Amino acid sequence: MDAVTFDYRESLDLATLKPVASQVMGAELTTALNDGWRLLALCGLPEQQGQSSPARQETEIHLLCVIAHDGTGKLAALLSEPLTAYPSFTPASPQAHYFEREIFEQWGVEPLGHPWLKPVRRIPDAPAASYPYYRVEGEQVHEVAVGPVHAGIIEPGHFRFQCYGEEVLHLEIALGYQHRGLEAQLLRSSVRLPLAECIAGDSTIAHATAHCVLWERLSGLMPGQRAQILRRIALELERLANHCGDLGAIAGDTGFLPTSSWNGRIRGDFLNITASLCGNRFGRTMLTYGGVRHDADSNLCHEMLERVRMAGRDVRGAVDIMLESPGVLDRLEHTGSLTARQAQDLGLVGVPARACGLAVDARVFSPLSDLPHQEAPCVEDSGDVLARSRVRSRELDASLHLVQEDLERLAGCPSEEIAAHTEPHLPPNRLAVAQVEGWRGEVCHLAATDNKGDLLLYKVIDPSFHNWPGLALALRGQQISDFPLCNKSFNLSYCGHDL
Amino acid sequence: MNTLLFLVLQLALALVLAPLLPGIINRVKAIVAGRRGKPLLQTYYDLARLLGKGEVISTTTSWVFCTGPVIALATVICALPLLPLAGQPSPCAFDGDFLLAAYLLGLGRFAIILAALDTGSSFEGMGASREATFSALAEPVLFLALLVLVALSLEPPQALQATKPPELSFSALLGGHAALAWQDGRAELLLIPAIFFVLLLVENCRMPVDDPTTHLELTMIHEVMVLDHSGPTLACIVYGAALKLWFFVALITALVLPPMPFWQHLGASLVLMFGLAVGVGVVESVMARLRLPVIPRLLAGALTLAALSLILTLVR
Repeated sequence: MDAVTFDYRESLDLATLKPVASQVMGAELTTALNDGWRLLALCGLPEQQGQSSPARQETEIHLLCVIAHDGTGKLAALLSEPLTAYPSFTPASPQAHYFEREIFEQWGVEPLGHPWLKPVRRIPDAPAASYPYYRVEGEQVHEVAVGPVHAGIIEPGHFRFQCYGEEVLHLEIALGYQHRGLEAQLLRSSVRLPLAECIAGDSTIAHATAHCVLWERLSGLMPGQRAQILRRIALELERLANHCGDLGAIAGDTGFLPTSSWNGRIRGDFLNITASLCGNRFGRTMLTYGGVRHDADSNLCHEMLERVRMAGRDVRGAVDIMLESPGVLDRLEHTGSLTARQAQDLGLVGVPARACGLAVDARVFSPLSDLPHQEAPCVEDSGDVLARSRVRSRELDASLHLVQEDLERLAGCPSEEIAAHTEPHLPPNRLAVAQVEGWRGEVCHLAATDNKGDLLLYKVIDPSFHNWPGLALALRGQQISDFPLCNKSFNLSYCGHDL
Repeated sequence: MNTLLFLVLQLALALVLAPLLPGIINRVKAIVAGRRGKPLLQTYYDLARLLGKGEVISTTTSWVFCTGPVIALATVICALPLLPLAGQPSPCAFDGDFLLAAYLLGLGRFAIILAALDTGSSFEGMGASREATFSALAEPVLFLALLVLVALSLEPPQALQATKPPELSFSALLGGHAALAWQDGRAELLLIPAIFFVLLLVENCRMPVDDPTTHLELTMIHEVMVLDHSGPTLACIVYGAALKLWFFVALITALVLPPMPFWQHLGASLVLMFGLAVGVGVVESVMARLRLPVIPRLLAGALTLAALSLILTLVR
């Protein structure tokens, strides 16, 4: 095998990665995916340049592929020879399909034989002909276009439904309206952490953690015990707030008012607990390289513990009456189902993957610290909206448990120095990956440095990037009126996808 | 009772008080959800605001678009005087007037559907198709339920022999027969108000059939048809919807209340009508919405109950 394997906590020397032919890379990828590996990232890696700053047109592009094996905590990397076109990996490894479209968009490298090749992000105001939508022809087939401006206060995205009556034959999702060029900014900027925090505002902690952990893995910095606990508390509080809000939103879409109104309030309680920890409801400025910027004394720990208990009791009650109401169950069951096979083919992560029975959870398989953690992911197997709701409901319990334990642990943990808020210097020619299980799913950041220790590549893969195609597939054969419900049950990020 | 006085009172009550019904429903929903809710008189404020606004009309539409809401409002207002008021037969009553009422409401719906289709929007087309489907399924339920009342009025109880409205009119069917018959122990008739309550929910696009509070176009039935309307024509639609709700609530009230003196009956009617609005609010607060393919089953259930009720009535 030409792939170089390494432990997920370590960085890899880029010099050990020998470029291989793209055909070899494709074959290896297919074999590995069949052996239970998962595609973490597939992206273009620009060839290192001498003195001048790289100009994209002249830069040669390698393909860099990183796969993960959940059972052993191993990562493996593969590098291709420089290329401008190659036979697409998608026909043999469907997990690559969205990555290949992104490489085509970002670098112009064409995967030959890709079944649906077009940019992942739509360029605003580009002529419609350059972005053709999949169409179903027929006299009784009609097309419904929704967005990018929606009726609620949500982010922009365009949805094209091909419908036969009320039945959806095909849904195509066009995103890119939130594109801010974040990856390019992260590459150049000197102040990266605030940028990482706003990759997706609802996953501030997850992305900030991923960014900090990535830097720590590259530079060998080690956060202290206390900082590890605080980071996890913040991450789980983020999960609690969002799962709570999501379940409320799902109830709202079924028209079930009690849970819808209560969860809106309880979500605020969780956000306020985060605010009392770091002064911001979404956890901005909580983290820094090598630790955290805000500590909690034992008084605050006890106060937070009490508030978590109260909010936890409330959310349990509100979610229980929803998941026990026959009307709600009827609405959620068999709506927007995905099979485990489909989830695996698409490489789904997070809640939708666990709802299909796939045991993927970075907290369990690639934990960030030595702290005791959850034994097994919360898994359901029906793959429908109900399963996604139940996964969230069970994860609420698990997170509540974890946060309470961690708060008690924190109260008994010796105090340590607050980490200095400076970006550590990076070693040359290293590649590292950080996987953090955010509330939506696995947040993956990947960085490589060149021979001067400057960043060569910074890749952000929000769980939304994996899961948007899953939403489109879940809608096949469903009622178009169930789309909002399916959409809420995935609750994907637009800006996290568009970057 | 004086014809003029009857009509003035009937219409004045409906036209003035109808917008209160949605206000009550929303207030009940808010209270159950633990919120304070918007003012009871919000629908009046909305109407005043909408009437003072200008209108944006899509260039793809024709005169049909603006006429639809006006026809819808006019047809409900025409249907209202056919109902009895506080036990008094309507002066407009004639044999078969309930057919006129049913099809006046149908005409109003048809006008709204045409107005929706006129916009050429895929959303509104979807809404129109759903509205047409479900109202077509609701129609047989309405008529079968009315047929039970007709079967019942063929043998009017002694107490009602004195007043003689035309036999096959709303005034005769709703004149307290049913209430008196229940007192004689005809429990099968208890189904009729339940059926009319289901019809009320379906015809007025309330939960669990339609969600009047949602902002999600893809799941709406009624609301999505009127997305393009604004200003005064939207006011017509909002007001027409409130009057239609009033029509159904008044119908159930007249069906349920036994004969009693006029003012007493009037008071009891108003209390019961607002009580029904509270009932709708409670239903909306505790039920999840049905998925669209299940709604025909709800209506089929109502139809079965109506048929059962008819058979039991005829056999007695």
